[in-house]
Amino acid sequence: MSGPSDSERIAISEIVARGIRRRRAAEARFKTYGAIAILIAIAFLLTLFATIFSNGISAFTQTHIRLELALDPALIDPDGTRDPEKLKSGNYRKIIETALFSRLNVDAKSPDARLARLMLSDFSHYELRDRVVGNPDLVGTTESVWLPAHSNIDQYIKGAIKKETPNERRLVKDQQIAWADELAAAGDLKRTFNRYLFTRGASSKPELAGLEVALIGSFWMMLIVLVFAVPIGVSAAVYLEEFAKKNSLNDIIEVNINNLAAVPSIVFGILGLAVFVNTIGLPRSTPVVGGLVLTLMTLPTIIIATRAALKAVPPSIREAALGVGASKMQSIFHHVLPLSAPAVLTGTIIGLAQALGETAPLLIVGLFAFVVQAPATPFDSSSALPVQIYLWATYQERGFVERTSAGIIVLLAFMIGMNLLAIILRSRFERRW
Amino acid sequence: MSDSGTIQMSRPTGRVPEGAPVKIASRDVNLWYGEKQALFGIDLDVPDNHVTALIGPSGCGKSTFLRCLNRMNDTIDIARVAGDIRLDGEDIYAKAIDPVQLRARVGMVFQKPNPFPKSIYENVAYGPRIHGIATSKKQIDEIVVTSLQKASLWEEVKDRLDEPGTGLSGGQQQRLCIARAIAVSPEVILMDEPCSALDPIATDRIEQLILELKENYCIAIVTHSMSQAARVSQRTAFFHLGYLVEVGDTADIFTNPQDKRTQDYITGRFG
Amino acid sequence: MLGLIGIVLVLSVLAFVAGSLRALTLARAGTGRMLHSRASYHGGFLAIMTAVPALFVLAFWAFGQPMVVEGQVDRLLPPEVQSASALERSVIMGQIKRVSQNLDALSDEEKEAIRSGEKPPVAVLLPKGIPVSGVLGAYTIDAAETYAKLTALAEFWRLAVVLGVAILCFFIGYTRLKPEFRARNHVERAILVFLIVCSTIAILTTVGIVLSMLSESIDFFSRIPPASFFFGTVWDPRFGGVTRAGAEGQFGLIPLLWGTLYISLIAMLVAVPIGLNAAIFLSEYASKRVRFFAKPLLELLAGIPTIVYGFFAIVTVGPVVQAFGAWLLPLFGLEAPTSASSVLTAGIVMGMMIIPFVSSLSDDIINAVPQSLRDGSYGLGATQSETIKRVILPAALPGIVGAILLAVSRAIGETMIVVMAAGVAATISPNPFESMTTITVKIVSQLTGDTEFTSPQTLVAFALGLTLFAVTLVLNVIALQIVRHYREQYE
Repeated sequence: MSGPSDSERIAISEIVARGIRRRRAAEARFKTYGAIAILIAIAFLLTLFATIFSNGISAFTQTHIRLELALDPALIDPDGTRDPEKLKSGNYRKIIETALFSRLNVDAKSPDARLARLMLSDFSHYELRDRVVGNPDLVGTTESVWLPAHSNIDQYIKGAIKKETPNERRLVKDQQIAWADELAAAGDLKRTFNRYLFTRGASSKPELAGLEVALIGSFWMMLIVLVFAVPIGVSAAVYLEEFAKKNSLNDIIEVNINNLAAVPSIVFGILGLAVFVNTIGLPRSTPVVGGLVLTLMTLPTIIIATRAALKAVPPSIREAALGVGASKMQSIFHHVLPLSAPAVLTGTIIGLAQALGETAPLLIVGLFAFVVQAPATPFDSSSALPVQIYLWATYQERGFVERTSAGIIVLLAFMIGMNLLAIILRSRFERRW
Repeated sequence: MSDSGTIQMSRPTGRVPEGAPVKIASRDVNLWYGEKQALFGIDLDVPDNHVTALIGPSGCGKSTFLRCLNRMNDTIDIARVAGDIRLDGEDIYAKAIDPVQLRARVGMVFQKPNPFPKSIYENVAYGPRIHGIATSKKQIDEIVVTSLQKASLWEEVKDRLDEPGTGLSGGQQQRLCIARAIAVSPEVILMDEPCSALDPIATDRIEQLILELKENYCIAIVTHSMSQAARVSQRTAFFHLGYLVEVGDTADIFTNPQDKRTQDYITGRFG
Repeated sequence: MLGLIGIVLVLSVLAFVAGSLRALTLARAGTGRMLHSRASYHGGFLAIMTAVPALFVLAFWAFGQPMVVEGQVDRLLPPEVQSASALERSVIMGQIKRVSQNLDALSDEEKEAIRSGEKPPVAVLLPKGIPVSGVLGAYTIDAAETYAKLTALAEFWRLAVVLGVAILCFFIGYTRLKPEFRARNHVERAILVFLIVCSTIAILTTVGIVLSMLSESIDFFSRIPPASFFFGTVWDPRFGGVTRAGAEGQFGLIPLLWGTLYISLIAMLVAVPIGLNAAIFLSEYASKRVRFFAKPLLELLAGIPTIVYGFFAIVTVGPVVQAFGAWLLPLFGLEAPTSASSVLTAGIVMGMMIIPFVSSLSDDIINAVPQSLRDGSYGLGATQSETIKRVILPAALPGIVGAILLAVSRAIGETMIVVMAAGVAATISPNPFESMTTITVKIVSQLTGDTEFTSPQTLVAFALGLTLFAVTLVLNVIALQIVRHYREQYE
């Protein structure tokens, strides 16, 4: 058997040498595709964040206007009882209007009066009312009060409504701009932290709309997920990993769990509607229904994470426990499970973060109610953080676009915070066997 | 390494006796995996048309050294090589040398048979195709047939070239890998314990094959089995803890080792 | 109900204490025998004895009570209600229940006014904040009063029976406590049963999903023939509902399926090349530092809720796509797109969402290809890209196909992005700049509308849901099997 001759080898190595440049170029091209793919993904992520932040960061402040309000007893407390119940029905609107007109030098009967009223939020008199009811001694005094400006004025101050736009196509008229500028120059108009964003519920006026109800609703749901999904998920994982024998029933359970992790979330919403609302009769639009739906959705995540954690505990630990006379159950609950607890916790937090952002199933079970009052229990009507964002996103007004983005910032802050916590826990408690 | 000094002193030159054609010459080869040094100043000549066996206990660096010869260690991020290795007098670690080009000249067969999950035909045709050695179907057919013949696999597989290479027996798979390597007509074939996963009969066939191939190729083989080294090789190099302890004609090494450690290893004291 | 559960749990804690103490007493009594199980297991045994049977009774009661009460109330309803459809009756019963809980809010005169038919119930009840609709008739007050009376009675008996069972079982358990009693074995068996029950919840969920959609779907198909659903090419459900005669509407699935598949296709065209290339780059080329930064960023992309993507689609991607269409389409003599929501907008953004999904799955699969194959290829002088393209990808192909199928299943089931960015018009068109709609969009719009559950307009959502579930189930099971098989091959 003879091999290649030297001349053959030289010919071959010449062919190889000739091909090298082309092949190296192909190599570089291929590598570039990969880098471009990564860059596209990252560019997309950055654009997304830039969009959200540039739109939303302004919603964390809100324009307020200061007025000297003469709290005329004739208007708010004609009987002079200072009874909070009576004070509630006072004519605060009139007090504000009077002060506003005198501050802006507008005659109440002039056409400018309508524009002047639109400087302040429609509901700014509630702000004043709550203040007076909370402190009846104010009646009769003159108070300097910061009142929320109308959303359009707010948007003008934030620069979203531009002076350059022709007057007739602008939501804020020339006269209002002049007033706003004058008020700002006098120090009677300023942007402050928008606490309404966190202390108020649904509203049709963007300047008064807040996330309070949604946040509390989401909190209840997360609590329910935590209370149900963790014990059930961990128990199921312990059974499947430690006790289940290889048989067809357990095989079906396995396939089931993996499949459930990939079932579209909206299907869970339909399940919740049919089972929890229509069959069991839990009230629709409440955190308890939403929480249970999210529990079912989160279960596969927790089960899969727990099983992986249990699998990572070396058999020697189990054997050691069994060797000193512990029962199998004791070896698992006293040794194996505590050792895998950090990984379980990490999986749980990631599952919770996913559940927190889930929107579609909550829409189906009706968590989009227009709720002003924060839910005191999980059985009260509520909204949820992502659903509130969705609802705001359907409004066209600039003030809501801003709040939608602000809601997303809050949501992302929670998500990133939870994921960071998971990463920290993982690295802190990571155990190498 | 407290005793590194003494070992350095007795460092063998590893040179082939005057007159023999040197294919690969290595001088002062050092290799680090990250912080850890795995090879210490290896000087070794590999003669053409001979089989050179690299022996030694596990973790002695023999495989690592073998992988330096066709720059396979380049694919390991943390590995760093210093020293001088020349193929026909040409520095293979020089900037101008492309490892791809080098590996077309220095082929390799691995410990575990690793046919690609493709047909037998495609396995052999892989090398010629990527290097553009053969372009027409006829040329490739020819290379596949001769390579399989040289690897003495042809008779067994000629009727099922389209079946997956992974379906062959272990010994056949390893011969397929050898056929795959010789399909690009390399000058050197490196074999990293090619028989360690095979049964004695398959091993015997591979050993026969190695002896046939040595007529036309320079072969370096890493082996755990001293009897295999004795059967197939003409020269033997003994590695220990990253050092080349002793090198010489196979017959001399096995009958009259100079170093105590070689002697201990060969007589089965450790390893 | 919650209160009663609380009481049972408190009793159970007391039983635990009692059992532990009893066991310690037995041990100290000096009968010369050691306890078989530790005292806390005796306590645990008693706690389980006290709580579990009682809670079971409570659970059965919770299901049985409304059935019995509503059965009794049902008899009081006039014949025209009796003959209504089952779903309509369940709506009426639900409202009667609500009224029964709020009877105190009504004065006697108001009740009388309803009873005599002088005022419709809605007119009286709605202003009091009791959410009812116009379906209720004069029978409401009587039915609600019966409902309230029976419920109060049932609740008294529930309390008595549940507490009785708890106490009885406690004493049965208590008499069994002896030093040699194998309390631990009993407790552990109970725990094991609990573990098994928990692990069957996954199956129950699947069964629940199927059943919950099946009965409503059957109801739907009894009104709309399946053929006109599955093969109908017009989607026009005509909200307005059952009241308008002859306004059944058309429920053709094809336009929704077209939109769903078209958007998924675009999403895949975006996600697969980018995701796969990214995975290859990260696992084969990227330096440690690049991986350190790029991987978490990709994971972050995966962690972002879909609602955020939907918003991004309408505010940023939509206008860009629309502007692009306005430039491109006239070149082919077509009209410029009229809205920012389009198949392309939704598809691109959905593709971006799926990138990390494809890349992380592919990354796992590429890493599962054994190093020996890479070595074999490098050893022959292949470059890295040749090795990847000719050895690794072919070897990993089944796994990657599985990953892509999972991604397709995800795209088909994705809801919020399409709800916000795809549009609502059920059209069949090849033009990607046109707005189309999907199965999931229609499920949301049919179920969040104000129609009653009885109308085909609502029921169709369940048929759509079942279709969606069936399609994704098939994709998931095939994909998971492929991936599993692939992994076993290299293990």
